[in-house]
Parts: sequence; C-alpha cells; structure tokens
Amino acid sequence: MPQVCIGEKSDERAAVHELSIAESLLGILVEEARNHGIIRIRKVKLQIGELAAVVPESLAFCFELVSRDTIAQGSEIEVENVRIIAQCLRCDKSFEVEEQVFLCPECGGADIELISGRELCVSSIEGETGE
Amino acid sequence: MAQIKVPVVRNILQANERLAAENRRKFDDAGIYVLNLMSSPGAGKTSLLEKTIEGLAGRIGIAVIEGDLQSSYDAERIQSKGIQAVQINTDGGCHLDGNMIQIALDSLDLSEVDLLIIENVGNLVCPAEFNLGEHDKVMVLSVAEGDDKPLKYPLMFQICSVLLVNKIDLLPYTDCDMNKIRERARQLNANQKIFEISCRTGEGFAPWLSWIEEKVSGHKKLQRAKN
Repeated sequence: MPQVCIGEKSDERAAVHELSIAESLLGILVEEARNHGIIRIRKVKLQIGELAAVVPESLAFCFELVSRDTIAQGSEIEVENVRIIAQCLRCDKSFEVEEQVFLCPECGGADIELISGRELCVSSIEGETGE
Repeated sequence: MAQIKVPVVRNILQANERLAAENRRKFDDAGIYVLNLMSSPGAGKTSLLEKTIEGLAGRIGIAVIEGDLQSSYDAERIQSKGIQAVQINTDGGCHLDGNMIQIALDSLDLSEVDLLIIENVGNLVCPAEFNLGEHDKVMVLSVAEGDDKPLKYPLMFQICSVLLVNKIDLLPYTDCDMNKIRERARQLNANQKIFEISCRTGEGFAPWLSWIEEKVSGHKKLQRAKN
C-alpha cells in the first residue's frame, strides 16, 4: 500500500503547528535580512489576527528554538493583534466581529466578507547592517 | 554598524499557500472535486468515509488521502472497500500541509477519480490554518463532544462549508443541545450547510450524499466549460 512518512522524508516533526509556522517565519526573515543587508536581526514585528488559530506565546517559544545559531537568535518578537473586521455584502456596512457573531449588526445579513482577523504576517524587521 | 528597520509585508504561510494553489490547479485540470475533512480525534471521520464510499459506490470515482500521526490502519480500512487510498504519516505533525498532499498525489492514479477526500489529522485547531488546495472544507463534530465546541474552535467552524453533526443516535444519552450547536454555528458561519447524521445507523446520510453528488457534477461542468 502506498504510504508516505513525512517524518522520514523531511524534518517536519511539528507537535504543535506553531513550530512549522516558526520555521516558515525564520525562512522569511533570513531571506529578507539577506535582501536588505542585515547581518543580525534584533526585532521582528508580526501581525496576528484574532481569528488566527495561533497562540503568540507558543509561536515565540518555537521561534526561540528554531532560531538558535541563526542571525535571528535572541531577536525580540513583537505581536500586533489584528481585530476581526467584516463587511456585509448586502448593505456594505463594515463592522467589528464581537462575541464570535459573524452576522451584519445592521441588516442581519449572513453574506459577509472578512476584511481582517486572519493575519499571520511579518510587518517589519529591525537589525544591524554590516556597514 | 548601522541599525535599520525595514517594512516587510509577507504572509508567514505563503509557502504553503503557493503549494495549495499548485494542488488546486492539478485537481482542476483533472476535473477532480476535493474535500478536506477535519474533526477532533474520534468524531467519526473514517466511519463517515466508509459510509460515504458505500453510498456513492459505482456512481462516483473516489480516492482518499489519509492523514494520521502514526499507522496505516485508516487507509487499510478504506482500501478494504476497494477504494484507492494513500496514507500519510505525519510522525507527530498535527496537521497536513500542501507539500504532504503533493507527495501523496504521486502515489495516486487520478485518471478515474471524480472525488478526492483528504482526511486530515484529528485536531480542531492546527489544520484550520493550512490550505491543501481543496474546494471545500468539511468538519465532523460528534454530539458526545458537546455543544460548546463552536465557541472554543471558532476558526474551524468559520471556514468550513459543511458541518456534519455525527452520532445523533447518542443524543438521548448526552447533555448536548442540538439547537445550541445550530445557533452557535449559524453565528460563526450562517452559510454553512449542516447535516445531522449517524454513521452507525445511517440516519441522515441521503442529503449529505446528494450534496456531494451535486458538488462533483457541478465541478465537472465548470471545468469542462473552462477547457
């Protein structure tokens, strides 16, 4: 029977998904640092939406592990929480989603577009250049 | 040594998003409709698959990708129904991602397949963040888990087009309130289709099977029109 064992094929042994997210984050940071001539990363700002299934503390902990012996070792992670904002497709009203109710408070419409709240982004990197 | 701050706006999951988009193109080119099936462990994903396969046998070509931390038990259960199945062992990983699906697709013959169902790792949190290239996300919630689950795992309920409430034959023995599940799910995602089923008794399966058949034929028509 075809069987694919990921753990043997790669190093992916993520007991929490924050670990694989931390690895992706590190990859982006190393690439961006290289593009901008940064040889030591000191601070990283992230945007995490309130709807994202990510625990910031867990992400920071995993990042500390995966960034050891890299140019990002010891860097500070600052998280900006992004509120859940939706727009009603029926009456166009934009509203903040509170108490997990994704219904338009104006017209009760259920067809909504999520404007923000699922972010999982890097917004800035601070560090030292070699110059 | 100079200090600099550079603005970077990049999605941390962009690598997975790219792979998911590649998978999606592959599925669409082959005219295959794909479901990403998620739930907590023990909610009944594999039993649902077995019953769904039995219900659709002979009418729709089905293949299955099974995701589990360990063992090939689930894929064997599916194969015993005469269905192509490939098992992914994540070896501790809590979710499937786009890359794992690409690897698994190499082991499947997609030529006779209309419907691919990917059974994700049992978990209501992590799989929600990782697109696989599927057309719809489907979740199973068993009544034994309780009616508070929509409150605790909002993202999962928010992103799934279908909620299958399983084990309804156990309702008399639990404190689970179906009205609370319906109302809480409606607040999170009012367009979500809800099917109340029992894999054990087969109750409620007809509307679920019709939903899949409509989706598969609709997808085929759409892809034919595009080509």
